[in-house]
Amino acid sequence: MSMNSQGRPTMPAASNDTGEMTPVFESFSGHQGLRLAEPLIFELGTTQTTGVDIDEAGDFEMSIGGLERTGEIGCPGLAEPDTVRHFTRLSRRNYGIDMGVFPLGSCTMKHNPRLNEKMARLPGFGDLHPLQPLSTVQGALELMNELSHWITTLTGMPAVALSPKAGAHGELCGVMAIRAALEARGDAREVVLCPESAHGTNPATAAFCGYKVKSIPAKENGRVDIDALKAALDDTVAAVMITNPNTCGLFETEVKDISAAIHKAGAFFYCDGANFNAIMGKARPGDLGVDAMHLNLHKTFSTPHGGGGPGSGPVVLSDALKDFAPMPYVVSGKDGFNLVEYGDEKSLGRLTAYHGQMGMYVRALSYMLSHGSDGLRQASEDAVLNANYVLASLQDIMSASFEGPCMHEALFDDRFLKDTGVTTLDFAKAMIDEGYHPMTMYFPLVVHGAMLVEPTETESKYNMDQFIRSMRGLAEAARAGEVARFEGAPYFAPWKRLDETQAARQPVLRYTVAEAAE
Amino acid sequence: MRYLPLTSDDRQAMLAKIGVRHIDDLFRDVPKSDLNPEIDLPRRQSEMSVERHLSRLAGKNTAAGSVPFFVGTGAYKHHVPSTVDHMIQRGEFLTAYTPYQPEIAQGTLQYLFEFQTQVAQLTGMDVANASMYDGSTATAEAVMMARRVTRKKRAVLAGSVHAHYRAVVETTTQFTDDDIVVQAPVPADPQVELQAAIDAIDDKTSCVVFQNPGVCGSVLDLAPLAEAAHAHKALLIVVVTEVMSLGLIKSPGEMGADIVVGEGQSIGNGLNFGGPYLGLFATNQKYVRQMPGRLCGETTDSDGNRGFVLTLSTREQHIRREKATSNICTNSGLCSLAFTVHMSLLGEKGLRQLARVNHKRACDLRDAMSAIEGVEVLNSAFFNEITIRVPGSATAIVDQLAESGVLAGVPMERLYPGEGMDDLLIMAATETVTEEDIADLSSKLTEALS
Repeated sequence: MSMNSQGRPTMPAASNDTGEMTPVFESFSGHQGLRLAEPLIFELGTTQTTGVDIDEAGDFEMSIGGLERTGEIGCPGLAEPDTVRHFTRLSRRNYGIDMGVFPLGSCTMKHNPRLNEKMARLPGFGDLHPLQPLSTVQGALELMNELSHWITTLTGMPAVALSPKAGAHGELCGVMAIRAALEARGDAREVVLCPESAHGTNPATAAFCGYKVKSIPAKENGRVDIDALKAALDDTVAAVMITNPNTCGLFETEVKDISAAIHKAGAFFYCDGANFNAIMGKARPGDLGVDAMHLNLHKTFSTPHGGGGPGSGPVVLSDALKDFAPMPYVVSGKDGFNLVEYGDEKSLGRLTAYHGQMGMYVRALSYMLSHGSDGLRQASEDAVLNANYVLASLQDIMSASFEGPCMHEALFDDRFLKDTGVTTLDFAKAMIDEGYHPMTMYFPLVVHGAMLVEPTETESKYNMDQFIRSMRGLAEAARAGEVARFEGAPYFAPWKRLDETQAARQPVLRYTVAEAAE
Repeated sequence: MRYLPLTSDDRQAMLAKIGVRHIDDLFRDVPKSDLNPEIDLPRRQSEMSVERHLSRLAGKNTAAGSVPFFVGTGAYKHHVPSTVDHMIQRGEFLTAYTPYQPEIAQGTLQYLFEFQTQVAQLTGMDVANASMYDGSTATAEAVMMARRVTRKKRAVLAGSVHAHYRAVVETTTQFTDDDIVVQAPVPADPQVELQAAIDAIDDKTSCVVFQNPGVCGSVLDLAPLAEAAHAHKALLIVVVTEVMSLGLIKSPGEMGADIVVGEGQSIGNGLNFGGPYLGLFATNQKYVRQMPGRLCGETTDSDGNRGFVLTLSTREQHIRREKATSNICTNSGLCSLAFTVHMSLLGEKGLRQLARVNHKRACDLRDAMSAIEGVEVLNSAFFNEITIRVPGSATAIVDQLAESGVLAGVPMERLYPGEGMDDLLIMAATETVTEEDIADLSSKLTEALS
């Protein structure tokens, strides 16, 4: 029996067949110290409980056409203390950037400054209705105008459409603008080319806009095969969708030849800007021949991912496309700012109710103002530096897919795990035991068992060194045959590996009372 | 720079480890002529300085809470309990990613499961997804889903559907061969609107989309519409832009809806000048595999403990690519958390009380407006929103009242320009409206009309 620093015995423990130490008893409560069990609201609350005091409406004659809702709705309530406790307990089962390194490739999990949260909650932004008279929202329109100026200047593009709600929505906006421009010149085209390494949203978006999707292969060095691209480019191709820096974490060295070839064929160059964090202030898409590119404000410009959203996906547009931008958009005149909501015949239309993700615009502008042009360039340099530091520190022991330097993310594959019995998935789950969120795995599809590591610029050298130490340790353990460490991972997470097959086979997508009775 | 932890010494040491001398050696793949362009933007600023700048911009706007406020039409000013914002700002929720690693994301996954259940219960449907961007994009997704389910391509958008929603459906389907039939709003007679929708359904129709309460505030029984749709093997899609109404009005599920989409902003979320908002999407069990968006499902871990995972992802773009049910990736995670926290606080008891208070305020508003000479209230059955006819231009009146510190509502002309509805004004009254606010509005409106 081991002893702690006060000389008292620590919890009795037994070793199970994987060598893991587990306690020999279970608590009466189901809790485990700070790991607190927490049922569903539906198991906790009652339909008679409420955590909000509301003035009684009293008796009055209702005017709802006799359509009153009767019978139980099935939404129990909790008093305020129990509500706070419920969600606080749930929160502690989550991993977030605030807790540690979150090297999720392609997702740019950087620090979310709290100043931005405060700014978005100023009543003059947060408590503003989208359909108030324009005279009462001039500051909001000015903010949108200022954000547009930052975005177009950073990207070197003439125009930006702010309203798309997220990256994939931005792609939709960009490809629709392309199709609108082609139709305006009477040029019906049928095909969109996407590299094999593309994000899944790219082909999905192209298909959504009525295009056939053709894949272009990658070269040995992880870049688009420009010869294959040129061979595929003809007058049926509407657009080529390329991510740059690409999903292998590499800059497309031949990007200007690529854009020239695309334009020569009369097609448009859609650039997926998910990886813009590598090149802020370092290179401008406008100089590289891009026609349309979305930015993910929730990646590059630090608006919180929030467990899956909300995002924001403004799209920068070239001169050839800008007239087709969606409504609404802000224009400035002598009487202040105006919002064009209707009547632009060339515009591709409206992609969302109201004006897009204002809350994200405020946060992103707050981020940009804080950094300034110099800070944004420094941020990209540090992001690229951290990624290359990871690559340099791990490439002797893990298998780097391509020769460096990389941009802001480093791609490894599973060759180093060959014959170890450990898979990329196992390796990722073992990272959870090390206290890290796993890197992106099995994406991009162009390498086997991909592991895409994006540290971002907001990690210190100390954090990087700790992370590298863990990764090296795991790689060594895998090669040394410590399979159990991986197969059963995670051991130290609040949950063991969850059965995703069972969830999909017989989907249970909601709580039902019948389930409670079982 | 306060967000960047690397020091100059760190950078030098790291470059040395990498084996290069200068940071730009790492950018050698960028064409030389395009590297490090001149960027004509201000330099870095302190937190205090950014705060000053943005506060100045915010100060130029009239916050909803600072004046008598009657603006609605798909976005509503409700009181959000303080608890909600504190919970969603916990870093474990705020700074988490999409829960693709369920062992360390059970917090997000459990609230999504709770959210899906709450939305299903409120709408009266079997299942709901884990949210979409907003009500308008959810509506477009519903139309496309109806096409997948029925393999028909003609969609009827009733006059009751918010102008922006119908525009989003039209924009989203403009490059497909969908046939979208758009009907005009009939503010003075919602029964005519309903009948027009019923009459428009034929055997080629995939779905009929009806908003309830309608854009002008009227509430209808949609059972006849459901019956007509089902007789032609079409789906009834019900749009709910004021989700608070589900605490008082019969649910769309009870009326026979096949898909319910909506805007969830009213519960837990602020106005935010139009976004981020919260798209709701619910349907019946048999259509689950045709749904767009993320779904959270129950399962167990290898110790047999109940847990939750994202499921049925074979519908989604990251697996199916060009064959996905939708290109959607991001949802409105944090907004759905705000919804679930607020909904848990309310419970159905609180929701019913709150919905009654909303309706009471709207009745008070109706009475006050009816008492003004020259003003006609068009609705007989409504929830918290009414449409009035004024002599002359509603836009001019709204602008005039804004000058005197009352935000009176949304002129129909703002949503339907050039459709001959310039004398109509849509006004909402939620629990945030006081008797004094209504009195203030009445006297200033009376003055403006005299």
